[in-house]
Amino acid sequence: MSDLLRLVGAATVETIIMVLASTMFSLTLGLPIGVLLCATGPEEQGGIIPKPVLNNVLGRIVNVLRSFPFIILMILLFPLSRIIVGTSIGTVATIVPLSIAAAPFVARIIESALKEVDPGVVQAARAMGSTPMQIIIKVLIPEAMPALVSGITLTIINLIGYSAMAGAIGGGGLGDLAIRYGYQRFRPDVMLVSVIVILVLVECIQLVGNRLSARMMARR
Amino acid sequence: MHISLKHLSRAYGTLRAVDDISLEIPANTIYGIIGRSGAGKSTLVRLISLLERPDSGEILYDGKRVDDLQKDALISQRRKIGMIFQNFNLFSSRNAFENIAYPLEIAGIERSLIKKRVNELLDLVDLAGRGNAPISTLSGGQKQRVAIARSLANNPYILFCDEATSALDPQTTRSILNLIRDLQKKMQLSVVMITHQMEVVRDACEHVAVLDNGTVVEEGKVVDVFASPKSSTTKEFLANLSPLAAEHEQHHTMVRWSAEGGRFTLRFRGTATGEPILSRIQKQCEVEFNIRAGGVQRVGNEDVGTLICDIIGEGSEITKAVEALQSAGVLVEEEAV
Repeated sequence: MSDLLRLVGAATVETIIMVLASTMFSLTLGLPIGVLLCATGPEEQGGIIPKPVLNNVLGRIVNVLRSFPFIILMILLFPLSRIIVGTSIGTVATIVPLSIAAAPFVARIIESALKEVDPGVVQAARAMGSTPMQIIIKVLIPEAMPALVSGITLTIINLIGYSAMAGAIGGGGLGDLAIRYGYQRFRPDVMLVSVIVILVLVECIQLVGNRLSARMMARR
Repeated sequence: MHISLKHLSRAYGTLRAVDDISLEIPANTIYGIIGRSGAGKSTLVRLISLLERPDSGEILYDGKRVDDLQKDALISQRRKIGMIFQNFNLFSSRNAFENIAYPLEIAGIERSLIKKRVNELLDLVDLAGRGNAPISTLSGGQKQRVAIARSLANNPYILFCDEATSALDPQTTRSILNLIRDLQKKMQLSVVMITHQMEVVRDACEHVAVLDNGTVVEEGKVVDVFASPKSSTTKEFLANLSPLAAEHEQHHTMVRWSAEGGRFTLRFRGTATGEPILSRIQKQCEVEFNIRAGGVQRVGNEDVGTLICDIIGEGSEITKAVEALQSAGVLVEEEAV
């Protein structure tokens, strides 16, 4: 029993580290791309600096990356992990493919959240003499905040799922534990507990995300 | 600030939303631009407020060309223009105070000065003490007041009102129009009001341009346009004006005695409202007047009367009566039978 707790405890910490770190990195990568996708889009949809060609190219790249099966993307990114963190196995190494796999997803979520902002409000901001940067930082992002929080919640939940998958090919965390102990060493108890912890994690994140988003809406 | 529009055109595909419009908008007045939806009002206001560029033509503010401004010059010019909208377009992520502070923030004004200025502005629009209110808790009229304060924060010389009262009830409309009129005088603003409501033009504007199909069909002082409308679009707007629809307010009521419309619409202004013209003509000519509806409304500082009636009698006598009316300064419109 104490063996089980120790195993699951350590794996949970790994999962949390992987998910947190890759959420941060995927946001760092995805946020500018998402903002760019919205800003260069057509004017009726909140595009403040319409650039159809750039928008099209960027959109296609994002789509290709998004439709890549995660497991294959991860294998393809092994060399990159080796360059960045020195190894392609383990918790830290997994953060690289996780971040890159989630970034296009984040970009699309941010884009659609920003596009939801009332175009009239953007027009008012333009009429008052805002620069495009001021519109993005002082208008679009704050106005879209509840939708952004929901989107980020969704991203984190997706990343928990991805991180479990990463366990199958040498990542750490709960997925890895479930496969190595639960499946390969015939420990159904480890499998069950790992899955339950993942479910609880997802549930908690969803709850916190919903609360946060609802609180922002209530203050408006 | 005097605004000149010279041969402005803007098309979307094959639709010529604004088609060769030239207008002189005098400084320090309230100028109305009225038209049905689709007449090109919104495009026109987007052009003169520098939100969009015309395909051809020129826009001049005080003789200085502004339609071809680039980047920084364009942005600093926009900061000298205020604009309010039908849907208020306030930032829901900011409270009333922070909304009004926005234009000051983006202009890089110091925080303590912003606070002082915003409180002044809240006071100016009768919302003192409501700065902390989230936007969703404000009524339509209060929202438009916040929007007005926000638009005036940077001391603009022009205020554009794009259907600013269309989402408000008649009473709130009146209070917002009064506020705009007061502020116009106080701040020496040039106000351009885009609307589809003739009441707004009557109650607030000094000059008016009537738009139809992307062109100006009539233009002039509001009193003149009300007393002697020329285009059919203007006449239609006047016919639909609320007095005929019985609005309960002094000076604005038209009494209707008959459900049927009359063949003749008589319009008279100023001194003519005080003379017994009809009975005089009735004595001179072999005609009788059957009055269907009538009333006097206040336009600016002048009274403009309208009578809808039938003239009964021999054809030649009717012609004589109409001529007599016209020579007495009454505008006679005959409905085609």
